[in-house]
Amino acid sequence: MAYTRTDRALNGLRPMEAKVGVIKNARGSAMFKIGKTIAYAAVYGPREMHPKFMQNVERGTLRCNYNMMAFSGSGNRVRPGPNRRSREIGLVTQNALAPVLDLTEYPKTVVDVYIELLQTDAGTRCAGICAASLALADAGFKMKDLVCAVSCGIVGGTPVVDLDYSEESYDDHSVDIPIAMIPRTGEITLMQLDGVLTREQLEKAVLLARDGIQKIYEVQKAALKAKFADGKISLEGE
Amino acid sequence: MIPKTYIQTLAKKNARHDGRRFDEFRQPVLVEYAVSAKSAEGSARVTMGNTIVVAGVKLEFGQPYPDTPDEGSIMISAEMLPLSSPEYESGPPGIEAIELARVVDRGIRESKALDFKKLCVKSGEKMWTVMIDIYPINASGNLFDASALAAIAALKNARFPKVEDDKVVYKEPTDEPMPLSFMPVSCTVHKIGDKFLVDPTRDEELAADARLTVAFTEKGEVCAMQKGGEKPLTHTEVFAMVDLAALKAGELRKCL
Repeated sequence: MAYTRTDRALNGLRPMEAKVGVIKNARGSAMFKIGKTIAYAAVYGPREMHPKFMQNVERGTLRCNYNMMAFSGSGNRVRPGPNRRSREIGLVTQNALAPVLDLTEYPKTVVDVYIELLQTDAGTRCAGICAASLALADAGFKMKDLVCAVSCGIVGGTPVVDLDYSEESYDDHSVDIPIAMIPRTGEITLMQLDGVLTREQLEKAVLLARDGIQKIYEVQKAALKAKFADGKISLEGE
Repeated sequence: MIPKTYIQTLAKKNARHDGRRFDEFRQPVLVEYAVSAKSAEGSARVTMGNTIVVAGVKLEFGQPYPDTPDEGSIMISAEMLPLSSPEYESGPPGIEAIELARVVDRGIRESKALDFKKLCVKSGEKMWTVMIDIYPINASGNLFDASALAAIAALKNARFPKVEDDKVVYKEPTDEPMPLSFMPVSCTVHKIGDKFLVDPTRDEELAADARLTVAFTEKGEVCAMQKGGEKPLTHTEVFAMVDLAALKAGELRKCL
């Protein structure tokens, strides 16, 4: 029997909430929530890059750091500190964001982005990217566009978007494809895939992600505008 | 950053850089519960002015320590996230984070508010370990009081997960709360020159000569203390600070 969703449509996102300027110490910051996954992001810098040999004389360097709080996992306590998974996610997040960011005005410096997960229900790297892109915009850096990210995939043979943990760990076949896009151009800045699927299924899933990205974009833009209206924006997913 | 000397001069004139009285906490003082309810067994977020701290409780099975075979255990950790301040860098917890975690730990442990015997599942073989992790989200001073409040609020919010065939089923919380008989609350008093003040901003902390954190039981008994800072305190000063801390801890308790 094909997989069906009870709480939302197959092309529906979980309810989202976004807010910028939540961390006063940071140059820019944001909170992005999708379903029960909650990410904070803060931007510091540009500040001098150490060690010196890492400095780029032509432009500033973007450095992203992803971390799950020790109590934010679904099972046992997560051991604190960086691990192979979190370092890889930091790297792919960096690559997802760098294409929209212009740091030519800040040679030899580093712009640090810190992402912290308060609560997780799958899609954490995507939520982190959405929060980080908002935080960079909040910080006032020159950007071509925001970056939006969502996972899509196949659960029990059915193409879906924005998988939660129960879907990601669905016993009878699950494929998870986190995707980040520059919404204005449709260019893909992050793409990963875990699982086995046909080319047709891949195409269907990616199309679902494209639609989802546009919905996230609206929530992000509303959050940036709301900073100046001092309101909290909440848009329901379908 | 506000220069130390300016804060010290202001203190002499009975003033603070943000216009507060010496015994006044920043507003709002806010405790939000279950901020990570999907993942943690208990959680809370505390806001004190610009300072924001989150704490989460995870429960795991472990083996009791040989010297306390009938007791469970508690472990409190803190990490100064670089997300929360430009002062902090990535890396293993520094001495500041270690002191913070240990002071919060002592405030809860020594109050005997948590019944460790009830955390033992089977004598000498199986116990619950209560692990509390504390993270500043925006570190703008007085992490001690905000963290202690967040930790106890997270404990109050915590429920035991279901146990099936000797295994923890984290997805299914029960209604059973922690064996917590009351809420210990801490207040830290800072000394600048010959003045005592509570809830310092980060700039005030850096300008302070000494500090004293005092934890209180519900009845107002002292259950843990920690002196910090380089300068000494006289006997009279210590008791003046304890009195001020007792008064303010009573007010903080009302926020729980």
